[in-house]
Amino acid sequence: MLDGLQEILFTLRQNKLRTVLTAFGVFWGIFMLVLLLGAGRGMQNGVYEDFGSDVLDFMIIWTGDTSVAYRGMGPGRKIQLKLDDIDALRQQVPGIRLIAPERYVDSGTITYERKNSNAEIIGVPDEYFRVKEDIPFNFGRRINPLDLDETRKVVVVGKAVADRLFENGVEPIGKEIRIKDVVMKVAGVFYDKGNRGQNSERVVMPLTTMEKIYGGGEITSNIWVRPQPGVDGFELEKKVLEVLKRRHDVSPDDNRGIASFNMAEPMKRVTGLFVGIDVFIWFVGLGTLMAGIVGISNIMIITVKERTREIGIRKALGATPFKIVSTLLLESTLVTGVAGYLGLVIGVGLLELVAFALRSTGAKLPYFVNPGVDFRLAITALLLLVGVGVLAGLMPALRAARITPTEAMRAG
Amino acid sequence: MIKLHDVHKYYRTGDQSLHVLKGVDLHIREGELVSIMGSSGSGKSTLLNILGVLDGYDRGSYLLAGHPVNKLKETEAARLRNKLLGFVFQSFNLLPFKNAAENVALPLYYQGVGRKERNYRAEKFLDMVGLSDRTTFMPNQLSGGQKQRVAIARALVANPKVILADEPTGQLDSQSTLEIVALLKDIHRRGNTMIIVTHEPDIADQTERKIILKDGVVTSTQHSPVAAEATN
Repeated sequence: MLDGLQEILFTLRQNKLRTVLTAFGVFWGIFMLVLLLGAGRGMQNGVYEDFGSDVLDFMIIWTGDTSVAYRGMGPGRKIQLKLDDIDALRQQVPGIRLIAPERYVDSGTITYERKNSNAEIIGVPDEYFRVKEDIPFNFGRRINPLDLDETRKVVVVGKAVADRLFENGVEPIGKEIRIKDVVMKVAGVFYDKGNRGQNSERVVMPLTTMEKIYGGGEITSNIWVRPQPGVDGFELEKKVLEVLKRRHDVSPDDNRGIASFNMAEPMKRVTGLFVGIDVFIWFVGLGTLMAGIVGISNIMIITVKERTREIGIRKALGATPFKIVSTLLLESTLVTGVAGYLGLVIGVGLLELVAFALRSTGAKLPYFVNPGVDFRLAITALLLLVGVGVLAGLMPALRAARITPTEAMRAG
Repeated sequence: MIKLHDVHKYYRTGDQSLHVLKGVDLHIREGELVSIMGSSGSGKSTLLNILGVLDGYDRGSYLLAGHPVNKLKETEAARLRNKLLGFVFQSFNLLPFKNAAENVALPLYYQGVGRKERNYRAEKFLDMVGLSDRTTFMPNQLSGGQKQRVAIARALVANPKVILADEPTGQLDSQSTLEIVALLKDIHRRGNTMIIVTHEPDIADQTERKIILKDGVVTSTQHSPVAAEATN
């Protein structure tokens, strides 16, 4: 076996140009495929990045003034959502995974010692952070059920607020800040990169605490909903709106009295875009791969052809057909395998390098984040290429092994 | 060593069938040096291919060193060639990308002999044909006579029972021809069975027996008294 390998390596070294050309064809095919797949992934990541810190399946419902007369009531009526709307939705609409209110009061000044900042003031229950589960809390904790039960005066603040209130090196957690003249303790700091970071100019307190301080009863400004997995977001949105509009006597045609935004809408567009991009990448990638395959096939056929005489001589000296075929095949497997693997490694390496450079310099390419490649896919492509290379070599090798030594020797 | 009885061979091209060998009877004993002569078209190349197990035949029987040779599978034929036969070709048939020693060692590679042993034996046989100072030369660095010596060393390296030489001096000048013929006779004197196919009477005259082939049959077998005496 080792001896056979040495024999093959020797032959390959004697035919450097041919070996290099074959190897390059395979190398290039795999290399390009990996780069394309990686770039596609990078674009995909980049676009998703643009959606900020929100999960990708939420919908939000808010209210305004009615714009359509309904049931004897004229337009211009102000609609206010209540917490029992949420209970009703839980009971009447199947397919809701998470639902949470979000109440705004007028924004105001937040003060710590001599520094102050303006911020939106929001009250939420603890489930709210399960709806917004992708928001990172790098310091401290989220608001928990105990905070709500005991109407604690705690608050979590957005990073933008924290940066303005606290100097470098000051630990915000546990500090007491003044929110429109009410002193509250900071429990955590979150960073929501939505709205170009403006979503981090907020302070968030327990909903019960907000009710106690600001009054107004059990009301909410918005309702956040996430569907159960497999539930159609558009259907759910329709049912939720139907129930709410009925409860508040809003015309089914009124899109201002009760309004909504559904993430499923942009997701549908983006998904469609990526299907298109994927098809394109596969088209080009398979084309490149095909070119590689044709190249290998060609070279294998030529290789065997120009070596017919050599094969004849070897046969006269006692080489069995099996030995001839296996040597030729092992040769092509070796070349395509090594070259393909090299293409894979260099391709992945280049992608990682780009990803590393983007990360470490902090440079932001629009719509290009963290390129990567599905390794299993790349390995599959590699095996395919090697397999086809071997197959391409098999036909002429079998033919060469079949002709008699005298015929073969005459050929050269 | 070699027994051929009533061997027939046809070549088929389309509808036509060409009867090339029309019942060849041949008996070559161990240690003999014989020549096969005949004009082109007499069937001597075909006969050589059959003797060399490079080609099959259609009718008759062939016994090579006790092995019946008939309708062999390619693999068996390759083994027989490797074990029993050594070939010397008119056009040398050295592998151009291997040096002299590697060319000589090739039959041993197909016998599964280890690399060290191969190289040792190859150099021994190159020494025997007088090329001990050319072992690492590539074929294109060797003269015609030297190439043929390498080929002869290669034919001998696996200790075959029979050496088949097909026009071994066909591409050589007269000086090299003399040297190669002398070398072949020397090898024969060491006890090897050798068959030389040639159309040159000068060379045939130096063998013990001339087998003359005409139109696919052996027309005469002449013993050469000179050569016979030389070996006795």
